Amino acid sequence: MSAFFHALASQDFLQIAFIGGLLASIACGVMGSYVVVKRMSFLAGGIAHAVLGGMGVAYFFGKSPISSAIVAALVAAWVIGWVSLRWRQTADTIIAALWSVGMAVGVIFISMTPGYNVDLMSYLFGNILMIPRTDLYIMATLDGLIMLAVLMFYQQFLTVCFDEEFARLRGLPVDFFYLLLLTLVALTVVVLIQVVGLILVIALLTLPAAIAAQYLRRLAPIMILATILGMLFTSGGLALSYTPDLPAGATIILVAGTTYLVSLLVTGFAQRRRC
Amino acid sequence: MNPIVILKSVSFSYGGPPVLEEVNLAVEEGEFLGLVGPNGSGKSTLLKILLGLLEPSSGQAEVLGGTPAQARGAIGYVPQFAAFPHDFPISAGEVVLQGRLGHVRLLGGYRAEDREIAKQALLETYVWDLKDQPIGSLSGGQLQRVLLARALATQPKLLILDEPTASIDPRAEEDIFDLLKKLKSRMTILVVSHDIGFISQYVTRIACLNRKLVCHTTSALTGEMIQQLYGSPVHMIRHTHEVKG
Repeated sequence: MSAFFHALASQDFLQIAFIGGLLASIACGVMGSYVVVKRMSFLAGGIAHAVLGGMGVAYFFGKSPISSAIVAALVAAWVIGWVSLRWRQTADTIIAALWSVGMAVGVIFISMTPGYNVDLMSYLFGNILMIPRTDLYIMATLDGLIMLAVLMFYQQFLTVCFDEEFARLRGLPVDFFYLLLLTLVALTVVVLIQVVGLILVIALLTLPAAIAAQYLRRLAPIMILATILGMLFTSGGLALSYTPDLPAGATIILVAGTTYLVSLLVTGFAQRRRC
Repeated sequence: MNPIVILKSVSFSYGGPPVLEEVNLAVEEGEFLGLVGPNGSGKSTLLKILLGLLEPSSGQAEVLGGTPAQARGAIGYVPQFAAFPHDFPISAGEVVLQGRLGHVRLLGGYRAEDREIAKQALLETYVWDLKDQPIGSLSGGQLQRVLLARALATQPKLLILDEPTASIDPRAEEDIFDLLKKLKSRMTILVVSHDIGFISQYVTRIACLNRKLVCHTTSALTGEMIQQLYGSPVHMIRHTHEVKG
C-alpha cells in the first residue's frame, strides 16, 4: 500500500486516475440515489449498455470516444424514457432489446475496425489508469451540470420520484422532469464508464446509494454519504489494485460489493436483534 | 347555493362494458358528500373523471366552473392506497410540503410562506410532532393523516378522499372523520367509502353508485333504506361476476 502512496505522489497517470475516481463519485452519489429510490437500475443498465453502440461507431470513424459516448447515452436515455412513459406495460422488453442491440452494434463496429481490439475491453471494463487529462475536464463539467440541475430541481425531482400521480395532479410537468432525470443519469453513466467500464456501471451507480439508504432516511443525506462511499471505493479499489497489478475497475467494484454485503448482514443482524 | 361539481349524464367505459352510465350529480358548495357503492361500482373511475385523469366517454363534467383539468389546482386529493414504496427516504414534513408544489415557482425550493402553510396543515391533522419521522415508520392512521395534511397544504376548495380509512383501524377511522367534520365549514368534501352505515353519521348527503347513481339525503336515510340500497347493489355485483367469469 505504501508503494501506492509513493507512486501517487510521483506518477502523473495515477494522480489523474485518483482525481477521475473522485469526480465519478460525485455523479454516482447524487444520481445513484435517484436510481435506487426510484428503482430504475434496469433503465440505467439499458442506457449504459446501449452506449457501446455509440462508442463502437466512434471508434470505427476515429472520433473521440467520450463525446460520442455522451451522444449515445443521451439518445439511449431519451428513447428509453419515452418508451417507458408511453408503453409502461412493455417498457421492460423494449429496454432489454435496446440494451443488447446497442451492444451488438458496438461489437460489430469495433470488429470492423482494423487493428488490435484492446479497446473493447477498456470500454467494457474501464481503464481508469488510461484516462486522458482532457477527459477530467469533461467529467468535471458533467459533474457541474448534474449538481446544478439537482440544486435547481431537488424538490421537483423528489416529488416526481415519490408520488408521480400526486405530482401530475399538482400540475407539475412530470414527463419533463422524468426525462431530465434520465438525461442526468445518462451523463452519470458516461462519467462512470471512464472509471469502471459500461458493464460495471450499474454496480457503482447503485451500491453506494443502496448502502447509504440502509442507514439514512432522507434523500439529501443519502446523496452525501453515497458520494463519500463512492470516493472511498474508487480510491480504495485503485490502491488495492496497484501492487498486485489487478484491473482497477473490477477491484473497485469488488470493494463496493463486499462493503454492501457486509452492510446488509450488519443491518439485517441489527434488525433481528431489535425484534 | 352554488354547485361546484356538476356531472351531466356522464358515461364511461374502459373499452368494454360501461363502468359508469348516465351519472347525473350536482355537489353544492359546502356539502360533505359521501359516495358509497360496492367494489367495482365505478367509484374510483368517477373520482378520476373529477380529477381530470380520465375523460368521460360521453356527457359532461364540470368542476369549480371549468373542466376538471382546469380545476385541479383547487382540488385536494387523498388517495386510497399510498402509491409510493414505504421505505422511500422522505419525512412526513417533506411529504406535506409537496402539497405546495403547484404554487411554488417552477425552479428552486419552498418559500417561508409555504412552510407556514404546511405547518398549519400538520398541526390541524395532529401530526406536527411526526414531521421529522420517515414515512416508513408511521402507522396506517398516521400516514393517512399526513396524506390529508398534504391535501390541505394545497389549500383546496374541494377535498376529495378515496376510501381514506380502508386500511386503518376503526379508532383511527373515527379520528379522520372527526377531522373532516371540522374541515367541512371551510371546504366542500367528497369522500368515497364502502361503509354506508359509518359515514352516514358524518356526511350531509350520500350518493350511492353502482354504475348508475341514486342520491339520498341523510335525513331521509332510514335503516330500511340502507337495506334497500345495499340489497340491490350486492345482487348486481354478483351478477357482474357471473358475466365476467
